[in-house]
Amino acid sequence: MPIATASQTIGPYWHLLEDESWADLTRLGAAAAHPDRRPIVLSGVLRDGAGDPFPDACVELWQADPPASDAFPGFGRSRTDRDGRYRFRTLMPQPVPAAGAPGTNALQAPHLALAILSRGLMHALHTRVYFAGQALNEADPVLSAIAPARRGTLIATPLGAHDGADGWQLDLRLQGGDETVFLEF
Amino acid sequence: MSETLPFRPYAPGSQPALDTPAYVGTRLRHPKQAPVKIAQSITELSGPRFSPTAFAPLADMTRGAQGAAIGERIIIAGRITDEDGRPVPHSMIEIWQANAAGRYDHPNDSHDAPLDPNFHGAGRVFSDAEGNWQVLTIKPGAYPWPNHVNAWRPNHVHFSLFGPAFATRLVTQMYFPGDPLLEYDPVFNGIPDAAARNRLIAAFDPQITRPDFALGYRFDIVLRGRGATPMEA
Ligand SMILES: [Fe+3]
Repeated sequence: MPIATASQTIGPYWHLLEDESWADLTRLGAAAAHPDRRPIVLSGVLRDGAGDPFPDACVELWQADPPASDAFPGFGRSRTDRDGRYRFRTLMPQPVPAAGAPGTNALQAPHLALAILSRGLMHALHTRVYFAGQALNEADPVLSAIAPARRGTLIATPLGAHDGADGWQLDLRLQGGDETVFLEF
Repeated sequence: MSETLPFRPYAPGSQPALDTPAYVGTRLRHPKQAPVKIAQSITELSGPRFSPTAFAPLADMTRGAQGAAIGERIIIAGRITDEDGRPVPHSMIEIWQANAAGRYDHPNDSHDAPLDPNFHGAGRVFSDAEGNWQVLTIKPGAYPWPNHVNAWRPNHVHFSLFGPAFATRLVTQMYFPGDPLLEYDPVFNGIPDAAARNRLIAAFDPQITRPDFALGYRFDIVLRGRGATPMEA
């Protein structure tokens, strides 16, 4: 039985495959396709174990809601810039069913999935972005699996509306005291 | 096979550890806390789909604006399957690499080796209905890197794959048979299991080789399979 191929680091030169427009998931006409959804801008700074921002990582975003279509890819990719900052423009997700819950009403709070790839990372680091103030956060099965003291590392804070979108911020820390909670699945 | 069955865990030893001391760059980038295991939901079981109509394939990386890229032309061909041997069809593969001299067409690459105006070093192909794909490129050169004194990366090509779900996303590197640098490379050797490691080494393949044109290499890729096998506890 073959086993899955091994991961290797994305390295420092992955920008050769980058299309910077991918960081904007609304670029294909999402507003017209989903007039009921608020556009959001999510950004944050990626830091290493010394607390230093680092500028050459690849941050990838995937969201299962709204469902991917020609007008909304559901997937985005952002470099971290010279200040270590990633930035996506997308649509606010709605709740989706919890794992193993078809036929039940169990829901997950609105969230985005993030994968961090970088030199110095042998494989992707996975985490999620939740949104402060969502009632479903309290009962979310993933947040509930995390020690309360560390849950905040997955919860973005509001920055207010700007440029037609609600701003959200979530900084990411690969190592150290306020280390982001990473997920394995 | 249900689309909602979870993907199985990676086989022990088949994946490199985030904390790989010989690869100095991992020192401040590996989390110290264990990851939190979560059940796969629609977020992990679904994933982006890319179509060749929206994302134009570039299967010939050897043609520049002013002519042919310099170096040894090679064809890399392979098949994407899952751990049950089923083909992974119509899936996007992104490819990037250094040129024949070991230099990336990238502003941060300061290696004192020449750029090739006819080689950018990025390609994109799609697997067909049976999971087969191929790309025509130039054999990349080795290049130095600052990991340790006199550190050189073996000749390699970077690959990015998506597969059917966010849980099957894979970024890896392909190496070449007989490369003397492999035994010194902490990135390659960061994979604990020797068999898993060696599967990143492409095989020279006379069937892929085209007479009077290009050498051929085979690089097969396996993505995570769905569900536990019945024999597993
Ligand atoms: Fe490289």
